[in-house]
Amino acid sequence: MASAATAAGAPPGPAAPRGRKSVTGTRRTVAALFLLPALVLLGALVVYPIGYSVIRSFYGASGDGFAGVDNYRTLFTDDGIRTALKNNVIWVVFAPTVSTALGLVFAVLTERVRWGTAFKLVVFMPMAISMLAAGIIFRLVYDQDPHKGVANAVWVGVHDTFAQSSAFPRAHPGRESPLVAQNGGFVTRATVRPGQPVALPLVGVAPDQMPDGARKAVAARPEPGKITGTTWQDFTRGKGVGRLGAPDPSELGYAGMRIEAVKDGTVVASTTAAGDGTFTLPASAAGAHLRLPASNFREPYNGVEWLGPALVTPAVIGAYVWMWAGFAMVLIAAGLAGVPRELLEAARVDGATEWQVFRKVTVPLLAPVLAVVTVTLMINVLKVFDLVYIIAPGSSQDDADVLALELYRKGFAENQPGVASAIAVLLLVLVIPVMAFNIRRLRREGRR
Amino acid sequence: MTWLLEKINGGLVRVFLILVGLFWLVPTIGLLASSLRSPEDMSASGWWKVFTKPSQLTFDSYRKLLENGDITHSLWNTVLITVPATVLVVVIGSLAGYAFAWMEFPGRDWWFLGVVSLLVVPVQVALIPIAELFGRIGLFGSTLGVILFHTGFGLPFAVFLLRNFFAEIPRELLEAARLDGAGELRLFARVVMPLGGPAIASLGIFQFLWVWNDMLVALVFTKSGTQPITVALQTQVRQFGNNIDVLAPGAFISMVIPLAVFFAFQRQFVSGVMAGAVK
Repeated sequence: MASAATAAGAPPGPAAPRGRKSVTGTRRTVAALFLLPALVLLGALVVYPIGYSVIRSFYGASGDGFAGVDNYRTLFTDDGIRTALKNNVIWVVFAPTVSTALGLVFAVLTERVRWGTAFKLVVFMPMAISMLAAGIIFRLVYDQDPHKGVANAVWVGVHDTFAQSSAFPRAHPGRESPLVAQNGGFVTRATVRPGQPVALPLVGVAPDQMPDGARKAVAARPEPGKITGTTWQDFTRGKGVGRLGAPDPSELGYAGMRIEAVKDGTVVASTTAAGDGTFTLPASAAGAHLRLPASNFREPYNGVEWLGPALVTPAVIGAYVWMWAGFAMVLIAAGLAGVPRELLEAARVDGATEWQVFRKVTVPLLAPVLAVVTVTLMINVLKVFDLVYIIAPGSSQDDADVLALELYRKGFAENQPGVASAIAVLLLVLVIPVMAFNIRRLRREGRR
Repeated sequence: MTWLLEKINGGLVRVFLILVGLFWLVPTIGLLASSLRSPEDMSASGWWKVFTKPSQLTFDSYRKLLENGDITHSLWNTVLITVPATVLVVVIGSLAGYAFAWMEFPGRDWWFLGVVSLLVVPVQVALIPIAELFGRIGLFGSTLGVILFHTGFGLPFAVFLLRNFFAEIPRELLEAARLDGAGELRLFARVVMPLGGPAIASLGIFQFLWVWNDMLVALVFTKSGTQPITVALQTQVRQFGNNIDVLAPGAFISMVIPLAVFFAFQRQFVSGVMAGAVK
């Protein structure tokens, strides 16, 4: 298995350390002096904490009573830690694989456009900024209000394209109205007859909530054999202006209002109002009551609660992928540059489709790089703290909890250093396989 | 026919990549646009309204932010932490990297393996032990403590990267310098360091960004007078929504230096990322 470094071609791999003699006939004291600062700092700041954590994890909160494996038992009984463990599994499974898959797709596709470098720069850029800044960026993106958060603005836009959103929340009949409330909608008191225009006036829709298509309301003309009518906002500012129950020039039609003709509880005909509020129903509606169904008056669709308890972890993972897909892309692109073009060409000449070339040639050749990228991201994911801490609002931070955050909470907010140390040891145990893998790789390279 | 199909395919790829590119840019543009609007406009409507109403653009938030002593002081703290932590890692890492590459001493390879095995140790493991240690020796809350912590955790990667790079220096160069009578230190300063330029640049940029962008370590080890910009902004996040006029420009200012470094030194950054794929 190639190292990321050799797969990427930079920097040069290590030369065999064995057999290389010191050029200078160094005295050992000089070597010790060169090494001393690094070894002292590493010993005091990295090695010592490992030992300390292991020992500390067997002691209680105050640090003077031996607690056996109590702290480790807490790992599996404490609600916060269990949520964190569960979320960490979700993180480790999804964040690295999604980032790597996206990186692979981007790396392969950017090879085909001339502005590939510019694209890579855009996707890679988030790696340079802090997780704090990324967190603030995504707090803005995930804002619940569709008028502020871009994620919900897009989501609601798409939703409303496919599902008619109700345009008239809080509309209701005014004085002397021919309409009465029924099941959240409104229905006419009297039945309708052809040739007699119907008026369906309501009030109460705020001017800025009127649909864009609304135009001046017009009284419907009678048409023989058909039911016609108008539905509009029968409200004009100022006293004594306009007439009640008839459209005035300053009043707007309820563009898009749905109207149903109901006979004995079944809908016999339906239509929607035009921009000026007028509508026409066929003769079959004669003798029916007209109903404005409840779907017209529901509160507008408000989008998804991204940072609510259910979606907060996927949402934060989304922010992570935004930051790290570029990392995967750059490493994979470097690996791709090392794939012999002749192999791909040969497959194409043999009649393979682009998809087959990708699936059967490119991906297997890149397997070592893909593995290194995925493993690297898995380690990285275990350490994720800032993103969760910043993006998850206080109300759902418990639901978004991860081990690194729980360690911080237990150790510094809840004053349980014993339990926090047990979490630290757990994190360490989780990275040991990778530690072993690094050492094996290095020793093999050393022997070459 | 195939020609036409390829044409369509190529078009699809372009459209897809353009959409993805926009998708990646929009969050950052959102932050920038938000930082350039007044808090009143922000609570009234989405940041994208600024594109239809450019008259909303204002630098007021930035002006207020730069008049805010806490924020400017924390920016200065970030510099005070980042620069020494970067220099120390480069110098100490180079010394050790050189020793591992060119000096003879017993157990050299084992020592080196030991350092490399520390590459993947999560910083979280050290938070509690070091907090306790710093508390005992009076470093808790001090800038020096944070600097030392970042140096310690930057060293495994530094030693790994530089030892591998220094090992590639041609032996003849070192021997020639030695024959000219250069001592060990002189050899290191005049021959090894200049030749190691590219690797040192990668390392320096990497460490710089890592320390500049850190929040967790500073959150634990600094106190109110020594906290860097990330921690200062973090305290504001709890009231998210009411203080977007601090958070948005603050986050953007904290991003400017890393982004400038990133765009100026892309090549070194990329090779650092590749060498550090194990970190």
